[in-house]
Amino acid sequence: MEPAISFFSGFRAADLWFMAEAAWRTLLISGVSIVIGSLLGILFGWMLHEGRLLASLTLAPLLDVFRSVPLIIQLVLFYNFAPIAGLSLDPFASGAVVLTLYCASLVANVARGGIAAVGQPMRRAARSLGMTYWQDMRHVVLPIGGRAVFPSWVGVALGVMKDSALVSVLGYVELLKASQILITRTQEPFMILTLAGAFYFALSYPISRYSARLEARWAQ
Amino acid sequence: MIEIRGLHKYFGELHVLKGIDLDVHNGEVLSVIGASGSGKSTLLYCINGLEPIQQGRIEVDGTDVHARGTDLNALRQKLGMVFQQWNSFPHLTALENVALAPRIVRGLPRAEAREVAERQLRHVGLGDKLDVYPKALSGGQQQRLAIARALAMEPRYMLFDEATSALDPELVGEVLDTMRLLAEEGMTMICVTHEMGFARDVSDRVAFFHQGVIEEIGPPAEIFGAPASEHLRKFLAKIR
Repeated sequence: MEPAISFFSGFRAADLWFMAEAAWRTLLISGVSIVIGSLLGILFGWMLHEGRLLASLTLAPLLDVFRSVPLIIQLVLFYNFAPIAGLSLDPFASGAVVLTLYCASLVANVARGGIAAVGQPMRRAARSLGMTYWQDMRHVVLPIGGRAVFPSWVGVALGVMKDSALVSVLGYVELLKASQILITRTQEPFMILTLAGAFYFALSYPISRYSARLEARWAQ
Repeated sequence: MIEIRGLHKYFGELHVLKGIDLDVHNGEVLSVIGASGSGKSTLLYCINGLEPIQQGRIEVDGTDVHARGTDLNALRQKLGMVFQQWNSFPHLTALENVALAPRIVRGLPRAEAREVAERQLRHVGLGDKLDVYPKALSGGQQQRLAIARALAMEPRYMLFDEATSALDPELVGEVLDTMRLLAEEGMTMICVTHEMGFARDVSDRVAFFHQGVIEEIGPPAEIFGAPASEHLRKFLAKIR
């Protein structure tokens, strides 16, 4: 008798490799978005701090939109409307653009808070030594304000990495999408989701450990 | 020499300085006394260009501080300033605090900047605290650190803005001693202060500020011994 054709097959060692590759893609898209998004966010935060009226009229509402609209809606809208604007982007590029802007909108407020954390007396002291505006920014505001808001920034970065799971709706095969594919095939959601969670943990944990160590060193 | 002519300063509607004329000669120690809010500190901020002025002139060694095109960053290297709150940079050791500006502003090589910093820290009596972070220093030590930091730029003038007002009483002495030392070395100093003992003993002249004008100025013996103005007499009576 012919064996019944099965659409399902159990979890194999090669699937682990498939998930590891997906984890790498998660790391890639979040790494790109966090790095560029943070740099952009610092620029925006500086503009919010310095540009007062103009920035509060133009930039602030725009950043509010990115912060307030659920990421999944931004992703779907951008992915589907970008081609109308003449941009044909693959799922990675679309996801990276949206995640970057999302990250930038969150970092902007962190950065603004960091600049504001260095009070005017401290900055006047720096300027009274003959430092230029940018020397004051680079050698006084950045290290002092940066340390003050570093924990918040780490929180944003870890959040963006976890939120990168939403890019799966565009078909980018990162961890969550890879898990969905494997669940469909193996019908073992419990094990696969646990595995995916473990991968996310493995990506986040070193970052939080490292940042905790940095904070401890600064606190000395 | 610092020359101030017809200086007016407003904060919005508030008229803070109402026509100040003042010369500070090289090597002179001028103490500025007066009630809080009389414009004493504002005067210092105007001298090094941290506050813009609305009328009049301030010249430092012939350079018009508030003229368009004046290089304020270069000018400020001549004008060391010490604030009420010492504002030491918390992320740097004492040595790095003092060496930073010589390195990035004066452009000294790292080793030379450290040498300058070490010399100035010894000068103010912090030779044993070179590698200590500010938060491990007392208020008085932090204020002396701020003095060393200003001195490391090798300024020609030192402006003290109530340098001892934020200190616990038992720490005031060490900072005043450092200021005395500078005065003895011939530094030109403008000291906004509430320390009448210091003003009397150390200054060459004392200026009494009242509501934005210099109401009386002269040698300490005259100001404290024979005050002419009614306001000054009241002020001194309150302080004693």
